[in-house]
Amino acid sequence: MISGSFEYHRPKSLDEAVGLLDQHGDDARVVAGGHSLIPMMKLRMAMLDHLIDLQAIDGLKGVREEGGNLLIGAMTTQSELIADPTLAAKCPIMAETALQIADPQVRYCGTIGGNVANGDPGNDMPALMQALDATYIAQGPNGTREIAARVFYEAVFFTALQDNEIITAVRIPTPPDGHGHAYEKQKRKIGDYATAAAAVLLTMSGGRCATAAIALTNVGDTPLYAEDAAAALIGTAVDAAAIDRAVALAEGIASPAADARGPVDFRTKLAGVMVRRAIARALERAA
Amino acid sequence: MSKLHVQLTVNGREIEALAEPRMLLIHFLREQLNLTGPHIGCDTSHCGACTVDLDGKSVKSCTMFVAQADGAEIRTIEGMAQPDGTLHVLQEMFREYHGLQCGFCTPGMITRAYRLLQENPNPSDEEIRFGISGNLCRCTGYQNIVVAIRAAADQLNAAKEAAE
Repeated sequence: MISGSFEYHRPKSLDEAVGLLDQHGDDARVVAGGHSLIPMMKLRMAMLDHLIDLQAIDGLKGVREEGGNLLIGAMTTQSELIADPTLAAKCPIMAETALQIADPQVRYCGTIGGNVANGDPGNDMPALMQALDATYIAQGPNGTREIAARVFYEAVFFTALQDNEIITAVRIPTPPDGHGHAYEKQKRKIGDYATAAAAVLLTMSGGRCATAAIALTNVGDTPLYAEDAAAALIGTAVDAAAIDRAVALAEGIASPAADARGPVDFRTKLAGVMVRRAIARALERAA
Repeated sequence: MSKLHVQLTVNGREIEALAEPRMLLIHFLREQLNLTGPHIGCDTSHCGACTVDLDGKSVKSCTMFVAQADGAEIRTIEGMAQPDGTLHVLQEMFREYHGLQCGFCTPGMITRAYRLLQENPNPSDEEIRFGISGNLCRCTGYQNIVVAIRAAADQLNAAKEAAE
């Protein structure tokens, strides 16, 4: 399959890249790892006149901790996230999730910025970003702005990002020491999108759940931040009754499409199963 | 659209060429450089038959435009053996342990296994299976591929130890 023709740009600075986007509008797209965009271009579901490759722009890669936050450059690849010592120590759910994305070759190319900006409900990072209460930092012609992951996603492939903006970094409040975490994903095979998946983060204090966050992947038009499900755990001992309530509330907001991954009822139920397993594993890990 | 002037190093050879930006790296390698070792299996980034080593990463060359590879250093299956024809240990072990039947997936398997062993010289069988999970084989059931990679790792480690 051969994509439509385009002009290739490899800008050396963010300003140059934003300028190109601003100039060409709807006819241009940026490419990071390319493993979402290029298949769409090959299928001619994405037709564009200008491809703006971000690979030569300095400063868009890497992880650092800064004032209680983890700052991750948008061009940091999934395999770099997996190998990063700061994330391993402070936010191990990042590697746990990245390892469940696609396959090794794709993870060498795929970036966190591309994964969160794409707007495909099958992407795994968006739900995790919602559970972690991440903020996306975007640069446009009028400077930078910040958009919370919990309000970023509007519909399939529609997000709060404007055509002339580029996500440059993701900022995550560093989860507290001793937090419990788990990303549970069911997929048909390596490389597939989730039939359903759930991210859970929680902290325990004196045998009670002090904080909790839950989000779901690929069981709706967008990632789903399951605020009520998480609230059902807070203040409880995360006992069977509380978990049952959280699972029921998560299933209640799931609205998956029926596709080759299964009918609606199955995928809804599976979203609950993923939440149940993720809570159990997060609880085991919580100090 | 105008053609792009690309410069890259492939199997140690400096290449300069003109190519349409939309040309996929796999087509550039096969059709313009006559390197037909990397195969087009699925053309959808699932099967891994087109895997090449690019700047120290295993990459599916069906999902990269040649424009993106401008400036890169690439190794294909053709660059695994010595110039005198002596096979790479991985190639020897795939032959020794029947790590292939039809051979279609083998160029991708070996270039991927090469990078896996660079990063993890002593992988467990489970790590090998996870490491080659982006490469599909429809003949072997993977068993002998895992055995061959394990044997290659052992030989490379023994050679390294002998050298020290």
